[in-house]
Amino acid sequence: MKTTEPKSAPRTAESKHYVLRLYVAGQTPKSVDAITNIKKICEENLEGRCVLDVIDLYQQPQLAQGEQIIAVPTLIKKWPLPLRRIIGDMSNTERVLVGLDLRKKK
Amino acid sequence: MPKSRKQLPKSPTGIQGLDEITGGGLPKGRPTLICGGAGCGKTLLAMEFLVRGAAQFNEPGVFMAFEETAKDLTQNVASLGFDLKDLIARKKMVLDFVYIERSEIEETGEYDLEGLFIRLGHAIDSIHARRVVLDTIESLFAGLPNPLILRAELRRLFRWLKAKGVTAVVTGERGEGMLTRQGLEEYVSDCVIVLDHRVNEQVSSRRLRVVKYRGSTHGTNDYPFLIDEDGISVLPVTSLGLQHIASIDRISSGVARLDAMLGGAGYYRGSSVLVSGTAGTGKSSLAAHFADAACRRGEHALYFAFEESPTQIMRNMRSIGIDLSRWVQKGLLQFEATRPTLFGLEMHLTTMRKAVNDFKPQVVILDPLNSFITGGNETNVKMMLVRLVDFLKINQITGLFTSLTSGGGALEQTDVDISSLIDTWLLLRDIENSSERNRGLYILKSRGMAHSNQIREFLLTDHGMDLRDVYVGPSGVLAGSARLAQEAQEKAALMIRDQEVELRRIELERKRTTLEAQIAVMRAEFAVEEIASVKIIGQEKAEKAQLVQERVDMGLSRKADATAKKQKRGAK
Repeated sequence: MKTTEPKSAPRTAESKHYVLRLYVAGQTPKSVDAITNIKKICEENLEGRCVLDVIDLYQQPQLAQGEQIIAVPTLIKKWPLPLRRIIGDMSNTERVLVGLDLRKKK
Repeated sequence: MPKSRKQLPKSPTGIQGLDEITGGGLPKGRPTLICGGAGCGKTLLAMEFLVRGAAQFNEPGVFMAFEETAKDLTQNVASLGFDLKDLIARKKMVLDFVYIERSEIEETGEYDLEGLFIRLGHAIDSIHARRVVLDTIESLFAGLPNPLILRAELRRLFRWLKAKGVTAVVTGERGEGMLTRQGLEEYVSDCVIVLDHRVNEQVSSRRLRVVKYRGSTHGTNDYPFLIDEDGISVLPVTSLGLQHIASIDRISSGVARLDAMLGGAGYYRGSSVLVSGTAGTGKSSLAAHFADAACRRGEHALYFAFEESPTQIMRNMRSIGIDLSRWVQKGLLQFEATRPTLFGLEMHLTTMRKAVNDFKPQVVILDPLNSFITGGNETNVKMMLVRLVDFLKINQITGLFTSLTSGGGALEQTDVDISSLIDTWLLLRDIENSSERNRGLYILKSRGMAHSNQIREFLLTDHGMDLRDVYVGPSGVLAGSARLAQEAQEKAALMIRDQEVELRRIELERKRTTLEAQIAVMRAEFAVEEIASVKIIGQEKAEKAQLVQERVDMGLSRKADATAKKQKRGAK
């Protein structure tokens, strides 16, 4: 069903599923908030159609360049297109939903 | 450093001239801000700092680009001879393009730039970088919301860079009333360099200024710089100082009688010579003579022509008997003909320096200087010439410059006001009298030699420049036909004098002859008189003897007192 299945998220599910990647830097309050918030949003709005990876940049710093990460936390919506970057601690649910194209921009 | 005073450690840029201005480079381990308007060369300066650091000073560097992609950057700087691919392959450099697209980003709460820190830190650690460039970090403000967070994070970034001990260069776009749009100068306060690109009279010029350099002295002027195929070169004039060696070697001007006027030996080697004069007074001819003389000595001469093409100069000089083409063929003479308006002054200066460095001449000619002046840029031209003259002097190259003096103005003034730079100044001028125009030459000044103070007329003949003798009339120097008339007059006077002398000599001769004749006559008369006198004396004597004899005879016949009287007479 939902949430934190690790990297090997099945590509076949892409058409239906949301593929999200959350980049954080260590266990800062912001990171923890972001993880909690996005999980909650996924549960409430995507009901299992969500594959979320959480990546700690301290562990894999080389990914920062490849994924064009500047700000943390950054949530990248890999699928469906268009690609979106949602930065911040995900405390503003409304905006997260806009970022995930689940809600129209006001 | 063996200096007694402790210097701020510096990171040499390797950029020609910039290290001189900054006294050794950018502050080591601290961030430096380079700001300026669009297209003024910020990125290039930063890139050159990094490339030279990696290639020359073994200081690997990270280039973090916010505006151009790695591919674009590589291509752009390849034209300047920087091979980024090679440096990256050799792990001397990391090129990281930071892609920020505002439309893709949604802000949902508090964030920080730790991602950037991690990314930069990773790049730095991967090659042990000592230098970092952030170009242009202000793009973050356009790409990310919430400037308050950004400002706080930038402050942290610069602190972090300092803590890392890397020498960082941060570029920033020039803002209204501020050095940069986002006031980066607030955060980067160790060294601030401002670049400027301005267009004056349709000619552009680039300027560099070190606004601030904490803990170090630095040149504060606006220094022109340019970007050519070798990258950036800054042209500081003040840093050159006045340390050049003065030669006592003398070289001929190419005109023997002019050499005689110049203390008998010509110009000093390595001096600067200015030939100024109104139009058509023979400035270029004098320059050609000088070039010809240099080539005759086997030296190299470089002729910068700004008004005539090389072939035109060669053709024209052939008419006064100077064959420059043979020197060109022998490779002793090189012409560099360009239009002054082709590019800016700094570019001219650099191309000239480059040409001089390549050809290594002993003699350089600039004909003429004035063509650089395009209204209102006299100071710039002067600055350029100061640099040029300094450069030539340092290299012991004798420079001859011609300058067209506009009619009406003072002759002793050049348009570019460079008289103070000039060691020997020849003034060519018209001498107008008796309804004709003639050429005159005099030495306005010549440092360090006893030079003639005469105004000399000269002719341009088919065997070159011919200085004539001086004829001074009641109204000054005589020239042209007035001089010819004077010459004829003097010749006539000389002839008359010669004749008079001859006449006198003849008269004297005549007198002597007369005298001698008189003497002969008198001698003859005297001889006659003498003979007559001797004859009379003889007769007298004979008569006297006759008289005595007669008396004796008489006495004898009278027989009276004959003996006694005879004795008395004998006693007498």
